[in-house]
Amino acid sequence: MSCSCCKADNKAEALEKIIAKYKDTRGALIPVLHEAQELYGYLPLSVQKKIAEGLNVSLADVYGIVTFYAQFYLNPKGKYRINVCLGTACYVKGAGEIFDKLSEILKIKNGECTPDGLFSLDACRCVGACGLAPVIMINDDVYGRLTADDVPGIIQKYRDMEAEAV
Amino acid sequence: MSEYVTLTIDGKEVKAPVGSTVLEAAKSVGINIPTLCFLKGINEIGACRMCVVDVGARSLQAACMYPVSEGLKVITNSPKIREARRVTLELILSSHEKKCLSCVRNINCELQKLAQELNIHDIRFEGELQHYPIDDLSHSIVRDPNKCVLCRRCVSVCKNVQTVSAIETVDRGYKTIVASPFHMPLKDTPCVNCGQCIVACPVGALREKNSTDKVWEALNNKDLHVVVQTAPAVRAAIGEEFGYPIGTPVTGKMVAALKKLGFAKVFDTDTAADLTIMEEGTELVDRIKNNGVLPMITSCSPGWIKFCEHFYPDMLDNLSTCKSPQNMFGAVLKSYYAEKMGIDPAKIFVVSVMPCTAKKFEAERPELASTGYPDVDEVITTRELVQMIRESGIDFRNLEDEEFDDPMGEATGAGVIFGATGGVMEAALRSVPYLLTGKDDDNIDINVVRGTDGIKEAELEVAGIKIKAAVAHGLGNARKLLDKVKAGEAEYHFIEIMACPGGCVCGGGQPIQPASVRNEINLMAERAKALYQEDQNLTYRRSHQNPGVLKMYEEYFEKPGGHKAHKLLHTHYVAREIYPEE
Repeated sequence: MSCSCCKADNKAEALEKIIAKYKDTRGALIPVLHEAQELYGYLPLSVQKKIAEGLNVSLADVYGIVTFYAQFYLNPKGKYRINVCLGTACYVKGAGEIFDKLSEILKIKNGECTPDGLFSLDACRCVGACGLAPVIMINDDVYGRLTADDVPGIIQKYRDMEAEAV
Repeated sequence: MSEYVTLTIDGKEVKAPVGSTVLEAAKSVGINIPTLCFLKGINEIGACRMCVVDVGARSLQAACMYPVSEGLKVITNSPKIREARRVTLELILSSHEKKCLSCVRNINCELQKLAQELNIHDIRFEGELQHYPIDDLSHSIVRDPNKCVLCRRCVSVCKNVQTVSAIETVDRGYKTIVASPFHMPLKDTPCVNCGQCIVACPVGALREKNSTDKVWEALNNKDLHVVVQTAPAVRAAIGEEFGYPIGTPVTGKMVAALKKLGFAKVFDTDTAADLTIMEEGTELVDRIKNNGVLPMITSCSPGWIKFCEHFYPDMLDNLSTCKSPQNMFGAVLKSYYAEKMGIDPAKIFVVSVMPCTAKKFEAERPELASTGYPDVDEVITTRELVQMIRESGIDFRNLEDEEFDDPMGEATGAGVIFGATGGVMEAALRSVPYLLTGKDDDNIDINVVRGTDGIKEAELEVAGIKIKAAVAHGLGNARKLLDKVKAGEAEYHFIEIMACPGGCVCGGGQPIQPASVRNEINLMAERAKALYQEDQNLTYRRSHQNPGVLKMYEEYFEKPGGHKAHKLLHTHYVAREIYPEE
């Protein structure tokens, strides 16, 4: 189970099972996309193509839906998924600068992932922690009352964790 | 008998059938409600909100979707309604790339006309303009999303009428755009180049890939012998651009205009249509007699051919191996004609005028260059020919009628009707008896295959052989028919398929009629009338009577389906993946 090609095969099999489960259900596209995204972490062309073929809808239909809903991703997410709250409270407290700082040091834009697969960056709406504004979440950890200057330290913490793990 | 309800529109009592819309009911009593996204039978989704009316509800409702009901009171014209429509239109215009003077749809733009009708003299909002790349990588179709008003007519015709679905609305909110999956260029999608999106578009967001410059260049090149062929459907519609009523054949004037443009010879693709019938009829008879693959399906429509290659690759052997008339003619010009006239085929430049955008793609197919040269060098649509005629200052309406050139100037009525759905089938059925028995039967007007029903069937007995035939036009109908055949629910010997609804007369390269016309008349039937009229008036109405074609066999091709004919007039097809792996 260590080589990635076997993993890919397993995923393809699992995807086929998901499609088979919903094959004759009306309105199945969105649940299939959800489960496929859970499996792959995002919805690349090859996965959307399989789904289109399997459910007998056009790829244009699938892509139209994937791009309409914010919860579907076209790019892979990082091991550490950074969500920057750009809700009203966070925004007025300077979340925009925090977002820009993250984008600058990670060298990625909104919705993208670093080439090493470690970090992905997304803007999100209110996470319900307005009292801590401005807030970012990295996976399930919440960081509040931030300034742009705090950002490099936080990123470094995760990089150090990775270095230790190796 | 459908049931009726009575409603009032602007104080007028109106009887309207149950299930009809306020828009239709208003139209029936002469009340015009402005529309933009609405295209009858194709796009009825209430997206643009131009047709809002007051039905006494909390908010204004879209008349194109609002069903009539007993006692309904509708107001279509009030200050509130006029203001709502105007604001909506101003918002659409605020982010529209308003390069009207250099737009392909200048003076033939539904948005422009609407702005005029709604008395827009100032746009109060300055919207942010999006700057999207123009996709001009396809041989046939150019998409310019900067001019798109998101009416979705193109999406709907591609998805629902043609069942190709190469484009969709992508993304959301202000960033919404009509695009292919993953913003691929059209050429990398299963787009079949039919161009129905172009003729559905109310604005200039879709157009054909323009080839007029290349044709002008060839015409100016003294080393080239530049000849032109025109498809049957062109004469049935080009008059519309010069003020003739829809359905007026203007063959003589069209030929005269082409001669004025400087073409050395003006030929009629109908001649090649007759040649096609000889080859295709012979192929059909051979397949029936010798247990060949059946049903045999026509191969004249390049949109249909690409559709088959993408979606029915297992049926490629059912396709007739005949090249389309356009390419047969090109091959004849660069072989038989070149030899006969003593002209180096390398110096012959063949232009074809087609009602079709897919013909541009077809002309580029490498497998068709069986003479060693491309059969056809440039393809222009009916619309592009109109541009060239206008640009040259030719007074089309006052031209004296002229005749197609010899040799091969003669065509039969069978060739003419190729441009309408059912026409290829009818032409074939006029010749099959002769090809089977050496004698004609009495059938000449085969009305059962005419008309605009989506799928038509006919049965004919010739020399003890029963021939079951079916005709489909519009790729959605083709899909229905083929699925029935594949499921074993229907059995035929011969099927005619044309990609465009109505056949070539309503091809993607034809003059664009706005929704205001298309919603009211059956454009397919009206244009077809021009062809059936010309057919009635011709001396020869069966392809195998065409003296030019008979001479061609005598002097060059020997016999239909013979060795030389096979090499030059037939082709093969390739299975295409719907989206090739990245």
